[in-house]
Amino acid sequence: MDADSLLLSLELASGSGQGLSPDRRASLLTSLMLVKRDYRYDRVLFWGRILGLVADYYIAQGLSEDQLAPRKTLYSLNCTEWSLLPPATEEMVAQSSVVKGRFMGDPSYEYEHTELQKVNEGEKVFEEEIVIDKAVAIIPRGALFKTPFGPTHVNRTFEGLSLSEAKKLSSYFHFREPVELKNKTLLEKADLDPSLDFMDSLEHDIPKGSWSIQMERGNALVVLRSLLWPGLTFYHAPRTKNYGYVYVGTGEKNMDLPFML
Amino acid sequence: MQPTYKMAEKQKALFTRSGGGTEGEQEMEEEVGETPVPNIMETAFYFEQAGVGLSSDESFRIFLAMKQLVEQQPIHTCRFWGKILGIKRSYLVAEVEFREGEEEAEEEEVEEMTEGGEVMEAHGEEEGEEDEEKAVDIVPKSVWKPPPVIPKEESRSGANKYLYFVCNEPGLPWTRLPHVTPAQIVNARKIKKFFTGYLDTPVVSYPPFPGNEANYLRAQIARISAATQVSPLGFYQFSEEEGDEEEEGGAGRDSYEENPDFEGIPVLELVDSMANWVHHTQHILPQGRCTWVNPLQKTEEEEDLGEEEEKADEGPEEVEQEVGPPLLTPLSEDAEIMHLAPWTTRLSCSLCPQYSVAVVRSNLWPGAYAYASGKKFENIYIGWGHKYSPESFNPALPAPIQQEYPSGPEIMEMSDPTVEEEQALKAAQEQALGATEEEEEGEEEEEGEETDD
Repeated sequence: MDADSLLLSLELASGSGQGLSPDRRASLLTSLMLVKRDYRYDRVLFWGRILGLVADYYIAQGLSEDQLAPRKTLYSLNCTEWSLLPPATEEMVAQSSVVKGRFMGDPSYEYEHTELQKVNEGEKVFEEEIVIDKAVAIIPRGALFKTPFGPTHVNRTFEGLSLSEAKKLSSYFHFREPVELKNKTLLEKADLDPSLDFMDSLEHDIPKGSWSIQMERGNALVVLRSLLWPGLTFYHAPRTKNYGYVYVGTGEKNMDLPFML
Repeated sequence: MQPTYKMAEKQKALFTRSGGGTEGEQEMEEEVGETPVPNIMETAFYFEQAGVGLSSDESFRIFLAMKQLVEQQPIHTCRFWGKILGIKRSYLVAEVEFREGEEEAEEEEVEEMTEGGEVMEAHGEEEGEEDEEKAVDIVPKSVWKPPPVIPKEESRSGANKYLYFVCNEPGLPWTRLPHVTPAQIVNARKIKKFFTGYLDTPVVSYPPFPGNEANYLRAQIARISAATQVSPLGFYQFSEEEGDEEEEGGAGRDSYEENPDFEGIPVLELVDSMANWVHHTQHILPQGRCTWVNPLQKTEEEEDLGEEEEKADEGPEEVEQEVGPPLLTPLSEDAEIMHLAPWTTRLSCSLCPQYSVAVVRSNLWPGAYAYASGKKFENIYIGWGHKYSPESFNPALPAPIQQEYPSGPEIMEMSDPTVEEEQALKAAQEQALGATEEEEEGEEEEEGEETDD
């Protein structure tokens, strides 16, 4: 969720039950503003909270002008001091997916795994966050637009989805470089608008049914929750510009999803 | 456009009902007295300090919806239990205790329906038996007897201590959930399914769940309540009973009352040690009940705690009594999940410990929280309704293939004798026959019977 509209966003995302306490909210507001100034980001997003056994990690992301460029990730344990997480390599990502278990809350904690070397918890947090972000960060159709020169910008004329559009999974895109788009046939691509439909939509996500889409507050808010990564909540108030997503959870994938549907 | 405004109209109705108090001062005075509706706004405030809970206007709407529930049903105490998320809709759950004697009417209706079903089945069986008698070959009777059904607990005791009402959104009517049976709890432990939000959805699973989503929801609510309802040590105490201690030794006490002398435990101590928190709901035994019942007993629903009379004619095994931890055990006794502590404690605000609230979060049932501050405490659950397990879910394997028929000599196939064996046998028999004939001629005994092969 955007750091500028943090309070409203937290209100809207509260349907899943997890939010932030007032002291955290206050410290987030001030510290994210400072982060934006210090690191010169165009937008700072509060990504969410990973629950650990001893302490929780608060994660924020910084975006530059080009919205689809790789985002910088920062973490904090107390919402006041933020540190950049080191970028992860492919093998580290593979390693961390093998080491399972809950997070402790101490970035210097070392996980032991018989085959591979020890994995630092700080790296593991980062890798999990990258994985989750790639999988389930979403954005409504029309919120970003792509210029012919390449960079994607925030669409200032985005007025929100209509109620009927908001209930369809095809109106939401993954907030990342498209993967499936190239595999579409020319016939399908003919209907797409290249300036708006340049990301993968949620419709073809595997496993089918891994998104739960609900209206809350009497049709004034549409909430999407991921069933594959429980804890990811996306909210959007139809007909308004308010949208955002937040992840509050343990950072573990729900591998039992096919049994549960 | 209709759906947008439909919910808003319904919720407006909630507000106008409560606003009827402005009509006269007399009504205000009546309402100011004791009401079973809990102070949800206060609870929501404390949970917000912990970073848990729904937004404040949502909490207010829930408060109004519970007020509506209290007016419609004869309720003695009521509490907001929590919210269970579903795929299409979510459930708001209220935990309720009826006034004495009020709920028996509904129970009878439910029992009549089940008895009607049994009568129908009996008819079917009789017809089947008649057909069998007419047939020439009597089909072998099955020796399989279904395992004895464990009776469900009485209302107001054990897992059925409270009644639960659910609704999907504040403003929609509340639906009452049926009581939970031990079979449902046992099966709910074996499956893991998301809730869809519609109570009459069938639960398709293996092992087959005896009921629909309403029953599965009730079973999960029972499990969550038994595992995660906690209170600070000393808030509840056992009521004084006269001399029942020896008999109750096996089952343990099942009732508690508020301790009027409770002084509150300092927040720092609550956060430091798990021994300062206790469970105040009974643990559910593997059988599916809170108090153990021997399924082989012929008598109905009597607790034989120390004695195990084995009159089982057909049940060869001795059933051991199942024992669970007694009521009011501290959380420090909870079992670890694979080196993972089952509970995590936090201070709500580390910057001002004097005013903060102690928060306890369950790692076994993610979404279960409890707070305590001074003399107040409360529990809440907001989540998907599933238990956490570090290993993946393993569905139960199907049962081994049944034996079709007992193998005995009349059914066993035997290989036919080969030609050489037959000839050898014939030769041996002729030899024996020749020997006996000689003996007969020698002894001059005549027997009418000749053995021919």
